[in-house]
Amino acid sequence: MTAAPTTDLVAYDDAVRRYDPVLGIEVHVELGTRTKMFCAAEVEFGGEPNTQTTPVSLGLPGALPVVNGTAVEYAIRIGLALNCQIAESCRFARKNYFYPDVPKNFQTSQYDEPIAYDGWIDVELEDGETFRVEIERAHMEEDAGKNTHVGGTTGRIHGAEYSLVDYNRAGIPLVEIVTKPIEGAGERAPEVARAYVQTLRDIFRALGVSEARMERGNVRADVNVSLRPSPDLPLGTRTETKNVNSFRSVERTVRHEISRQAAVLDAGGVVIQETRHWHEDTGITTSGRVKSDAEDYRYFPEPDLVPVAPSREWVEEIRASLPEMPAARRRRLQQEWGYADAEMRDVVNAGAIDLIEATVAGGTSPAGARKWWMGELARRAKQADVALASMAVTPAQIAELEQLIAAGTINDKLARQVLDGVLAGEGDPAAVVRSRGLEVVSDDGALLAAIDEALAAQPDIVEKVRGGNQGPVGAIIGAVMKATKGQADAKRVRELVLERIGQ
Amino acid sequence: MTSDITRLSASELAAAIAGGTVSSVEATQAHLDRIAHVDGDLNAFLHVSSEEALATAADVDSRRAAGEELGPLAGVPIAVKDVVVTKGLPTTAGSKILEGWIPPYDATLVERIKAAGLPILGKTNMDEFAMGSSTEHSAYGNTKNPWDLERIPGGSGGGSAAAVAAHEAPLAIGTDTGGSIRQPGAVTGTVGVKPTYGGVSRYGLIAMASSLDQAGPVTRTVLDAALLHELIGGHDPHDSTSIAEPLPALAEAARQGATGDLSGLRVGVVKELSGEGYQDGVSARFTESLDTLRSLGAQVVEVSCPHFTYALDAYYLIMPAEASSNLAKFDGMRFGLRIEPADGPVTAERVMAATRGTGFGDEVKRRVILGTYALSAGYYDAYYGSAQKVRTLVQRDFAAAFAQADVLVSPTAPTTAFKFGEKLDDPLAMYLNDVATIPANLAGVPGMSVPNGLSDGLPVGFQILAPAKADDRMYRVGAALEAALEKTWGGPLLAQAPELKTTELTR
Repeated sequence: MTAAPTTDLVAYDDAVRRYDPVLGIEVHVELGTRTKMFCAAEVEFGGEPNTQTTPVSLGLPGALPVVNGTAVEYAIRIGLALNCQIAESCRFARKNYFYPDVPKNFQTSQYDEPIAYDGWIDVELEDGETFRVEIERAHMEEDAGKNTHVGGTTGRIHGAEYSLVDYNRAGIPLVEIVTKPIEGAGERAPEVARAYVQTLRDIFRALGVSEARMERGNVRADVNVSLRPSPDLPLGTRTETKNVNSFRSVERTVRHEISRQAAVLDAGGVVIQETRHWHEDTGITTSGRVKSDAEDYRYFPEPDLVPVAPSREWVEEIRASLPEMPAARRRRLQQEWGYADAEMRDVVNAGAIDLIEATVAGGTSPAGARKWWMGELARRAKQADVALASMAVTPAQIAELEQLIAAGTINDKLARQVLDGVLAGEGDPAAVVRSRGLEVVSDDGALLAAIDEALAAQPDIVEKVRGGNQGPVGAIIGAVMKATKGQADAKRVRELVLERIGQ
Repeated sequence: MTSDITRLSASELAAAIAGGTVSSVEATQAHLDRIAHVDGDLNAFLHVSSEEALATAADVDSRRAAGEELGPLAGVPIAVKDVVVTKGLPTTAGSKILEGWIPPYDATLVERIKAAGLPILGKTNMDEFAMGSSTEHSAYGNTKNPWDLERIPGGSGGGSAAAVAAHEAPLAIGTDTGGSIRQPGAVTGTVGVKPTYGGVSRYGLIAMASSLDQAGPVTRTVLDAALLHELIGGHDPHDSTSIAEPLPALAEAARQGATGDLSGLRVGVVKELSGEGYQDGVSARFTESLDTLRSLGAQVVEVSCPHFTYALDAYYLIMPAEASSNLAKFDGMRFGLRIEPADGPVTAERVMAATRGTGFGDEVKRRVILGTYALSAGYYDAYYGSAQKVRTLVQRDFAAAFAQADVLVSPTAPTTAFKFGEKLDDPLAMYLNDVATIPANLAGVPGMSVPNGLSDGLPVGFQILAPAKADDRMYRVGAALEAALEKTWGGPLLAQAPELKTTELTR
């Protein structure tokens, strides 16, 4: 079996015109349990190497695993959220292979008896379209340790002088979620892949089963892609790109593989079934190891563990305690807030949903909250190149700002200055108003002095207004506003000016 | 009194210590002296922990002097098979690959032994990773049978059995995956018990075959076995396969059995565990013991367990399959032996290969290869899958047999102790030694071997099997048989063992 060794790519649009892409995605999520999957070692991100271990997670002779009940509960939560069946009884198996980051030289995983199976999840694309992804299974397993290769140029094992292994991660509970072949996405396949992984991430967070931080590797995706000339033909040979660690990379990986495989097929070649690596910097995948029949993990049921048999009562209890799922919540909030579809989509894509919800809870109208977060704040976040949620202002402060406007204490323009103060760490809005002296001036005495000065400076305009043309009065008002540094109540200024001119 | 201390049973010694006639330090020292005198020839111990044992003994003595309430075996010294991890004491499982390894933790049963105040005399010799029936597969030399130094003490727990038979220790811990407690018991004239699977925690036992391994007592009397079984047994949250409910009253059953009344008891003789392959002397003693049981009021019936014929074959697929995976962790990466290849690149894979190639003995390699093959894609169903089906059938045979009888009986081993080297080059002949003991491991039911006489001057064992979680039944029957036989012998069988030449331990 030889493939045309090519790095040529077919333009994406051409590729999806000639081939039907089929995806398969495996997502691993690290569960946020206090202890590991099979022992009492505490789990904490960033600990000193090899400090979060027990004889069990080090694979010492004689040590035995015990299943973490919380991890089972979390796995069931995930299964239920993905509309899966929950097994009445399921077993762990041993996946045997020699590698230094696997302390026992086998990984304890589920093989032919996953805890959850046959589910589905609807994912929403950016334009609001919904795509259903069928779930094959969700199973429990343990993570491996982490290798660090020292002395090489690339941090990879080749050329390294020695390697260090940190077993803190070994034994952290994982749930692996495997899709059925995702067919029918067509040209939108990359988008579907990204939206699917993002949907899972949101669900993990809503369920409280994981912090689900991509950048920490809490959620990792293996992306399988294959092409076939037409949807009615059998599936083509797939490649599996391992450990894709961001939503954007998931999308780019699929896109790249479609273009790459199309080029191979166009050239009359054969796609090799293999593991591939994604390179964030160059935006391409490269060949890893070839998956062949030689890879035999000699799975067999783990004899050190008894089957996990969640009672139906327990499963129903868990089902009843599931929180509202992100999609349902979005639908509910959109209705409550009265946003148009496009408005809601923008809010979701901007990651502003929690912020707006909290702002509304603080008493601001949904429209007012959206105006701030999607307007002024979104603009500033973009300028500063930071996420909206990490701006140095809280929903409660925005709600307070809106209250100050509603009470007439400040106007919109002043409000932006107050926001400057809040973002600069000068305190809550009311405090900034006080310390910066930003209250609206509506005291007639103070205004009249400024008005008289402005009238005296522009007698020609006064004449025009007296002649019945109110148009130019704005110039007078502008001068007064300028003189009062914008703190004057513009409406009152107008009233007083007209009164003064005798209109 | 010192010279007689080592002749006492554990319960007698415990009574003497409790009564103040002997201190634990004296008792411990007497056994350490005995080890020093005879173990140069026997090689039952791989490591003797004199200091630690005497420190424990002194602690028990002072606690007793302070009026503290202590357990029934407090102060009685014990030997532990080297497959059980002991914090701070070398643990090799009889293998070069673990030479020099000092475990950082205690097995649950060791924790319980320590908590109960039993001084640990040391670690006993065994076939490497408990794979064998003769201790000839130990990486540290053979253990000799105290009855005849030319002969094997059984295996894999030959060290524990020989130590107890030679009065080096009144108690010992063994482990039994296919007969490694019971067969050594039979050929050394000692009592050996494999509890119900899950009855004693496996946490800290270096696993051979997880679904078959079980730790248990090695003693000179049935009552001693019951007392030790009660001490080490019971639920352990660190072992998922550990039984949650409490143990039956074992010592009570032994005491009750010793009164000699077995009326109403149905004893089932397993037809398939007799006849061809069983030595004449072994068969003769078995028949006599059945008569003895009848004389105590038991009703003897014949039962058939047709699938026992396939038990050995199934065992030699399941055991190596699990062992091949359990032994994967011995790779030179984290603990124990590490061999770097003499030439060529030093990669993890090559270090693993060199370490395992050097550190494992032939029998271990044989089973790892066998097990790896049995689990391979394309062979799994035919080998491992079929073996598991046989296992289910063996379990059904037991269930049917226990519907007809309260306990099942057979000779423990088909032969008396054979000579060193006799079966070393014939693995199949060696494996056949466990033909009568293996079914109990496959089904998880408890089994006991009780000495029931001599054949050509060598001990023979009588096996008693009971339903799972009914370990008390075999203690009752074993104690009754023991009491009746000792009456006819005029004392324990071991009193007929030849005196051992005492030489100073030089190694």
